[in-house]
Amino acid sequence: MNQQGKTETLVSAAIPDETVGNVFVDNPRIKARDVNVFYGDKQAIDRVTLDIAEKQVISFIGPSGCGKSTFLRCLNRMNDTIDICRIEGEIALDGKNIYAPDVDVVPLRARVGMVFQKPNPFPKSIYDNVAYGPRIHGLAAGGAELDEIVEMSLERAGLWNEVKDRLQQPGTGLSGGQQQRLCIARTIAVSPEVILMDEPCSALDPIATARIEELIDELSSQFTIVIVTHSMQQAARVSQRTAYFHLGKLVEIGETEQMFTTPQHEMTQNYITGRFG
Amino acid sequence: MSNAEKQMMPPAVAAERVAAGLAARHGRERRFRIYGRIAIGIALAFLVTLFVSIFSKGIPGFFQHYVTIEVTLDRAKLDPAGDLSVQSLYDGDARGVIRKALFEAAEASGRSGRKAAGKIISQGAEQRLRSAILDDPDILDTTQSMTFAVDDDVDSFLRGYIKRETPEKDRRINDKMIGYIDTLNEKGLISFRFSDYLIFGSASRNAEMAGIYGALVGSILTLAVCLVLAFPLGVATAVYLEEFAPKNRLTELIEININNLAAVPSVVFGILGLAIFIGIFGMPRSIPLIGGVVLALMTLPTIIISSRAAIRAVPPSIRDAALGVGASRMQTMLHHVVPLAMPGMLTGTIIGMAQALGETAPLLMIGMVAFIVDVPGSVTDPGTVLPVQIFMWADFAERMFILKTSAAIMVLLAFLILMNAAAIIIRKKLERRW
Repeated sequence: MNQQGKTETLVSAAIPDETVGNVFVDNPRIKARDVNVFYGDKQAIDRVTLDIAEKQVISFIGPSGCGKSTFLRCLNRMNDTIDICRIEGEIALDGKNIYAPDVDVVPLRARVGMVFQKPNPFPKSIYDNVAYGPRIHGLAAGGAELDEIVEMSLERAGLWNEVKDRLQQPGTGLSGGQQQRLCIARTIAVSPEVILMDEPCSALDPIATARIEELIDELSSQFTIVIVTHSMQQAARVSQRTAYFHLGKLVEIGETEQMFTTPQHEMTQNYITGRFG
Repeated sequence: MSNAEKQMMPPAVAAERVAAGLAARHGRERRFRIYGRIAIGIALAFLVTLFVSIFSKGIPGFFQHYVTIEVTLDRAKLDPAGDLSVQSLYDGDARGVIRKALFEAAEASGRSGRKAAGKIISQGAEQRLRSAILDDPDILDTTQSMTFAVDDDVDSFLRGYIKRETPEKDRRINDKMIGYIDTLNEKGLISFRFSDYLIFGSASRNAEMAGIYGALVGSILTLAVCLVLAFPLGVATAVYLEEFAPKNRLTELIEININNLAAVPSVVFGILGLAIFIGIFGMPRSIPLIGGVVLALMTLPTIIISSRAAIRAVPPSIRDAALGVGASRMQTMLHHVVPLAMPGMLTGTIIGMAQALGETAPLLMIGMVAFIVDVPGSVTDPGTVLPVQIFMWADFAERMFILKTSAAIMVLLAFLILMNAAAIIIRKKLERRW
């Protein structure tokens, strides 16, 4: 029997109609209820319901194309830019549906920041990269205050000591790991409440990855963090809760420790033990 | 797995077969390289022929013959009213003063001799003398050594296009004139020098006085109008279509039409300009304003298409980054996408402008082919443009016009090369890595 056939049997364990595990938490920051996402006719997310707890790290895992990134991008309406993308259901941030017609995406994205897979600093100076968000939102009253925000953000992102002498140099000249931390600094500079991270370490080497993971740990004391990752070890290291997606469905969600030691669903077990994915 | 092994070819056999086909493969590659070289060679040959023919004719066109004579500037004759007004200078007898000086220099005497000698000097000499007096009235009542262009027929003779051996009745200058020219030549009064008429002169029916200055100013004014209209419109259209327009039937139709417009023959834009601006709005003919508008219509598709390509080339990660920190769509565009796309947009614009600079057909339709001596002072003054000037000169039979045509082509080419070089420099300078 070839490899293909083997994988099919592993996956064919029926995807449950109901998510296994505890989708609800006591102190939810974000509540997603029956979220469906369509790209044209194709359904990318199928009735996902989950809670994201305050000041906690939750990781989304699952094989490629399972919809975890799509779901993540729904949380700050980044999917709005895709014309054929249509979203049903409700995602509430602090009890207010972010898809309500009267919601303005600009303040929403200031509250729910995002870090992307590939480090994407603006082709501007390090200072301007971090200062961009505060500038467009008018957060700083003057230059001194802006300087302070930039310094604080770089400090929190663990980059200040490395770049404090070259703030006017282009952000694109930094190493990959530094660029990603610059992007994190840029995101936290607008003081968001939630930070979404879409595979933030996939383009980085193990040392840079370790630094980012450390950083995520530190930031979780202040921010609610949602991280999409391909690495189960990373999910295990940084997150308190884990959600496993498969083919647009949320298969299982629970405490990370419990997910990785005693997964309740067969598919979760197959995935995290590395039998497919 | 045993099944698969049976079908697999042993590596030795495979290597043998690869080696067998290798010679033919190399041969094909060699032939392909040779075809490429032949193609480039042919293209280069054409280019070299073009340049050699233009340069060999054009470089002599930058020079012409002048005669230097001692002119006695008699105030009573030149400025009868004595107030140095233009009117007074025109009433004066500049022509007579110059002719007198010329007759002395050429040692011409008798009625027929004077008639012949008088034809040696260009008709532009009088104007030149009047301007010299206006520039510096102190030269009146002195004797000055002054240099004037010779008539274009004399110039052609001096260049050897009109041959001494030709029977007198078949040449445009008679034996007497040749005698006087020889006299002037022997005295060393005739010089061959850089033609100031070509650069600072305007359209003229006299070949020796004709220049490109008026056409050049017309070209610059026309291009300025074209740029002011086409660049903002083109960039705004590109930004809207690329970033804001909904994808529906209407925008698809607009897109197709823009692409089609790029292929419309330029003369059609001229007809459009004629019908709308001159026909309906009743604007005057021959003015750079309409020329610029027509050329803007013609360059718009080029600018839109290249600007859209430049916008599309901005990586989506930059857009994501800006949107991710809460920039609005417009802020994302203005702060990030447009600045990053600017080099591409400018390159497209300059190439469009270069196209417009060389365009003749649409301008003929709106009357910019008129014979206009005055240099246009504004976009609403009648004028012409370089390529049209070249087109008009190419129509004239005089030998000197052929030379000046080639010289003007060289000036036009120089401007085109300059603009294309600017496009490359801007692209290199502004290009950023991300």
